[in-house]
Amino acid sequence: MSAEPANLELREVPGPSALGGGRHRFFELLWLMSVTEFKRTFFGTVLGYVWSLMRPLLLFAVLLVVFTRIIKIGGSTPHYEVLLLFNIVLFGLFQEGTGGAVASVVGQEGIVRKTQFPRLVIPLSVVLTALFTLGLNMIIVFVFMIAFGVTPMWTWLLFPVILLPFLVLTCALAMLLSALNVRFRDVAIIWIVIATALNYATPIIYPLSILENDPTLRHLLMANPLTPIFQQAHIWMIGSAETESVWAAAGGPLPLIVAAAIYVGVCVAGVWVFNREAPRIAEQL
Amino acid sequence: MTTHAPPQVAIEVSGVEKTFRIPTQRVDSLKERLTTFSQPGYRELHALRDLTFEVERGEFFGIVGRNGSGKSTLLKILASIYAADAGRVRMAGRLAPFIELGVGFNNELTARENVELNGVMMGLTRRDARSRLDAVLEFAELEEFVDLKLKNYSSGMLVRLAFSMMIQSDAEILLIDEVLAVGDASFQQKCADVFHEIRDSPRTVVFVTHDMSAVEQYCHRAMLLHDGGIRAFGPADEVARSYLRLNFEQAPGEGDADMGGMADITLLDVWLENGQGERITNVEKGSELRFGASFEAHRHVDGPSFGFAFDNADGVEVTGFGVSLAEGAPDAVEPGQRIRLGGEIENRLEPGRYVTKCWVHREHNIVNLVLHSPHVLDFVVYGKEGAGVVSLDHEIDATVEAGASADDGAGVEGQR
Repeated sequence: MSAEPANLELREVPGPSALGGGRHRFFELLWLMSVTEFKRTFFGTVLGYVWSLMRPLLLFAVLLVVFTRIIKIGGSTPHYEVLLLFNIVLFGLFQEGTGGAVASVVGQEGIVRKTQFPRLVIPLSVVLTALFTLGLNMIIVFVFMIAFGVTPMWTWLLFPVILLPFLVLTCALAMLLSALNVRFRDVAIIWIVIATALNYATPIIYPLSILENDPTLRHLLMANPLTPIFQQAHIWMIGSAETESVWAAAGGPLPLIVAAAIYVGVCVAGVWVFNREAPRIAEQL
Repeated sequence: MTTHAPPQVAIEVSGVEKTFRIPTQRVDSLKERLTTFSQPGYRELHALRDLTFEVERGEFFGIVGRNGSGKSTLLKILASIYAADAGRVRMAGRLAPFIELGVGFNNELTARENVELNGVMMGLTRRDARSRLDAVLEFAELEEFVDLKLKNYSSGMLVRLAFSMMIQSDAEILLIDEVLAVGDASFQQKCADVFHEIRDSPRTVVFVTHDMSAVEQYCHRAMLLHDGGIRAFGPADEVARSYLRLNFEQAPGEGDADMGGMADITLLDVWLENGQGERITNVEKGSELRFGASFEAHRHVDGPSFGFAFDNADGVEVTGFGVSLAEGAPDAVEPGQRIRLGGEIENRLEPGRYVTKCWVHREHNIVNLVLHSPHVLDFVVYGKEGAGVVSLDHEIDATVEAGASADDGAGVEGQR
């Protein structure tokens, strides 16, 4: 309230949008929202980190007993236990990111309806929080990998290369689902079913090699964009000489072309739908 | 502020329209959408019609209007929360994009973290937001509670923090919606001081309220919205008078009954007074509350009875009363006569905003409605919030019962 600021120019008010209010503010908000949410889950409670590790570890323990003692699904896959844990943790990003994002925009109703807030921050911060969680969980995964005798490989360094397309897909779905859920509130419920289906349609609890005798199903699974990602991750992180390459598992270009088409389709749809819905979200809540 | 340069425009609204499409049949699930063949029908609600006005830089600009007049829609368009269907809005300077106090506060975080988060929402950088922490807390008088999570704050403390945050954001344009209604008397005074200070600063304020005394007190100019259009525009006191006239005037079909033209009795004025006989719009919980109203008769009316009722913010009718003319005089009014109501109301209202309704019947029969106005007076009760909608006196004691005393020192479970 001191000196009068220099002459200010009239500028058009852009109205609500996905990015609204400048790039700088967008990233600061994205970072702050994610960090605070992350801190809240991990450091807010006494048991904090331990507590949130319990879930994947318990799930891991149950699956480990079921699939190595009861249904011997791992077969001859070397280091099946570690692969199982790694897959669960990696899929956690997808599950947490998309599952949390679906209801995020509706859940942040107060912010959306009462302040000019870059809408895109809301679903993306959920994914970013899930990424932080993945980072923490990967520490455990590496501890287990060493403990179970996986030989360190230089391809471990390629993990970000596999993580990036996976993250992009998760973000696109987070955008698509969170925007659709504003209009159709049953999207959240439908998504739970689809996410569970995807969990089984991706080689997470089973290695792809278990389908040696069923090439059709194997090729079909390869058309799921998550499968090549998980298979490549398997090769680079825990793979051995016998691990089938993505190309070999697909048995030809067709499944991979379908997977790529779905991947691109989801990404385009996510951006397009979110952008289209963003200005109207406040009215529809 | 004496500038000879022509006034600069801070907000320019030209031809803004907003129509809401209200579906006659709501389809909000994918299942319904995929299993319903007919296209859902819509009813159009014109919230804003071709609105054009300018707010000058440094101005304290009031927007008044009844509920549903388009005030909130306009504010949301200014704040980039809604997109306008047509027209454009231009602004000079940064806007604090909040239309309500305390939006974006996260109850799980401490005041320190919330100030940072909220500051960034207002467009400050994180470092900037952190550097303002002390000033914000000092103004809010919450220095000791900097590391307390907001969920442990009282509602009054939250409001103080939010108001202080907004003031310290140093945005050039502030949108303020009904904030004076909150906080205790001393904080209200502090807010009033700040408002006076802002009034004379180059900051521009758009202030939406129902409180006409606040409009007259702070606003340079004001605008009365009615049915999405501008009904009055100009000096604050004139607009405030238009608003009051609008509320008292009998619009046919607007209330529960269609009066069809001029009513036989009209309400001229209605007000609240404190114990000293001063007119007030805010009253402290439990303090003396006096009520006054005056009516004018335009035709002969037998056995008139006058009723008032208070609705709280949730639309619940909290209490009401009806009075008839004093005994001893003829129980009728003649054209030109004025009727004055006055007296004390026991103030058991819990803090919050109240809307007053008024009606008049003839022949002491509620069927014979002469006048019905659903919204004649707004007021706010402030103070510490209790439970429920009213506070009742009670004389309830808690005593330790004599017979069952703990003779053997083992209390209730003394039997072996």
